[in-house]
Amino acid sequence: MNGAMEFLLWTKGPMFQIALGIFAVGMLARLFEILLLGRATNHAEARAGEWLPGLRTVFTRTIPDPGTFRRAPFDVLVGWIWHLGFIIVLLLSVPHVELVAGVFGVSWPTLPNPVIDLLTAITLAGLVAALLHRLLHPVKRRISIPQDYLVWALTFAVVLTGYLAYHRLVDPYPLALGMHILSAELLLICLPFTKLTHIFTTVFARWYNGAAFGRKGVRS
Amino acid sequence: MSELSLERGLAALRAEIDAPVAAFFSSCVRCGLCAQSCPFYLETGDPRYTPILKLEPLRRVWEAEFTLWGRIKRWLGLGQEVSDAMLAEWEPLVYDSCSLCGRCSMVCPVGNDLVYMIRKTREGMVQSGHAPEGLVAASVRAIRTGSPMGLQWKTLAVQIQHVERSTGLTVPVDRAGAEYLVMLSSMEIINFPEYLEAITRIFDHAGVRWTLSTQCFEATNAGIQIGSKDIAAELVERVVVAASALGVSRVISPECGHAFTAIRWEGPNLIGRPYPFRVFHIIEVLDELRRDGRLHTEGKEADRLSMHDPCNLARKSGVIGEQRALMDLVAEHFVDLDEHGRFQWCCGAGGGVSSNERAEPLKLAAFKRKKAQIEAVEPERMVTMCATCRTQLEEGLEEFNMDIPVVGLTEMIAEHLVERPAAEPEPGTESGQPA
Ligand code: HEM
Ligand code: HEM
Ligand code: SF4
Ligand code: SF4
Repeated sequence: MNGAMEFLLWTKGPMFQIALGIFAVGMLARLFEILLLGRATNHAEARAGEWLPGLRTVFTRTIPDPGTFRRAPFDVLVGWIWHLGFIIVLLLSVPHVELVAGVFGVSWPTLPNPVIDLLTAITLAGLVAALLHRLLHPVKRRISIPQDYLVWALTFAVVLTGYLAYHRLVDPYPLALGMHILSAELLLICLPFTKLTHIFTTVFARWYNGAAFGRKGVRS
Repeated sequence: MSELSLERGLAALRAEIDAPVAAFFSSCVRCGLCAQSCPFYLETGDPRYTPILKLEPLRRVWEAEFTLWGRIKRWLGLGQEVSDAMLAEWEPLVYDSCSLCGRCSMVCPVGNDLVYMIRKTREGMVQSGHAPEGLVAASVRAIRTGSPMGLQWKTLAVQIQHVERSTGLTVPVDRAGAEYLVMLSSMEIINFPEYLEAITRIFDHAGVRWTLSTQCFEATNAGIQIGSKDIAAELVERVVVAASALGVSRVISPECGHAFTAIRWEGPNLIGRPYPFRVFHIIEVLDELRRDGRLHTEGKEADRLSMHDPCNLARKSGVIGEQRALMDLVAEHFVDLDEHGRFQWCCGAGGGVSSNERAEPLKLAAFKRKKAQIEAVEPERMVTMCATCRTQLEEGLEEFNMDIPVVGLTEMIAEHLVERPAAEPEPGTESGQPA
């Protein structure tokens, strides 16, 4: 019991600082690494501006074109479902909002626990479906690298340990909560160095895409 | 080009990496959706043809040299190197199975502009000596003779004579002070001489001051297809010199998709400065004439027509509404293919695939996408506006025993022009179509 409590305090204290530091410095470095490369001046006569089409694509690319949806409905739906579940649980569950309220003193409305519980289960199921698809689909299998499975495991672990802690399925409780917090920290640490960077860089990728096509008069 | 080597290839790849490329590779979640947009994957079912995989050489250079983590991995000896053998293995992926159609760039959920990066990867392939023979030969011919097919002005001069005889009009050559300089493609001159005849008629009808140039008549760009900036810039520079010599304010690209994107979008960047003239595709010019009330047509085609959008014109250059407005002018029963405009499917022959004999089976496989689209609409004829697309559609449809003729939109417009009252003394005489 004592060891578990120490473990929890460690995850809440020093480890939390370390994870946050690595994440913040790492992610800033990655963004600089990308943006400082810049782009060559474009001398071709533009048909339209870049800013608005770029911003447009940042949003519109979230929804696939009808043809792609028809060809890959499973990919699109599963991706959507578990991403939404993940983000809602992260932002709108009682323990998380209370945590933020405790640290920063700001809070916002939460979803009832049974709803969060259901969303958590759906997110876990969605992630399992995504993993199976990665293992079974010939294209996904061909292009996957070990990192993809690591990133999956980290993401899955955060949600799973949260669920285990909430339902007191691991004894002692401090160990359960400590595991949850530690897995969230591992996710943060790996974020700048894996494809998890897409959480931040997707905005830039979409903007560049929308800007390049928009300049030529094409909505992308 | 002097000695090609792995080092030069890597240097070329390195030089191509910019902020968009870094943002794209950083964002890829390896979801594989881009495969669902690529005719080469969809029609073969071979996962090697997944667009993001075609970029692996460029991605490795980016990771090893442009990311902190990659540098650490390399230092630890864990990095993935790009070797000569790897580039050799990738050559058919980067060239044979990609028509640079750009569809993947519209579909990737994180917004990766994949075709932008495939175009860049080819720079490294060329410099490392891993470009397909067919494209190398076309580039050498283009640089030496001015035409990727080795065609010379005297062949065009014969076509001009035919056109002048059958139209009774003069084809203006080297006319300084004309508004438009018309550029052609060798493919057009050889396979579709009716195009030159059509624009001769249309421009006479609309009173457009135009000219051809003996100094440079070819505007296709083998350098763009193979992926060599030096060659591409040289070919663009020739057009700029010819246009400047004649003092034209506008240049019309050939009815050829890649030629248009080459001269319209890449050209000024290749030569490092803006042009002293503007560039248009013939379809844009015709639509402008239509809007200005300078095209008077009569009668309409009565059969069921559908249209193939060339990738380079529609998705990669935003010319989508223009050809439809022109169709409405001359066609009664026009039906679009299901996925058209910016989401159209490639004919399978672009991006140098048609100049690369080795890619022949893949070219035919990719065409099956187009074929299925055409079958769903059941047109009596197909209309298009790119010589390469048109050749591919004709050959493909024939291969599958589908009796659907393919016609050029410009020629169709020319056939519906209202006869000008007593323009020239001598209307079209016996000689007919030049062969
Ligand atoms: C807390 C935030 C996020 C996490 C932890 C996360 C994690 C992941 C993971 C692990 C995958 C790979 C799934 C697989 O292996 O099949 C993935 C895919 C993807 N992510 Fe995210 N992501 C987050 C936020 C975002 C955001 C903000 C966007 C876009 C704006 C986004 C867009 C995508 C897309 C388009 C895919 C590919 C489709 C799929 O596999 O679901 N993600 N994400
Ligand atoms: C990064 C993404 C995170 C996800 C996806 C996540 C997910 C979850 C889930 C699914 C639950 C269970 C909720 C329920 O079933 O009702 C939960 C509970 C909880 N989470 Fe997280 N979590 C994340 C990050 C964090 C972090 C960083 C902390 C603290 C530093 C944290 C602290 C907690 C606490 C205290 C609980 C409550 C446990 C309990 O009720 O006993 N979570 N989380
Ligand atoms: S669709 Fe985009 S994110 Fe998905 S594998 Fe292809 S390039 Fe990567
Ligand atoms: S540009 Fe077209 S052919 Fe090339 S990889 Fe993308 S979808 Fe496939």
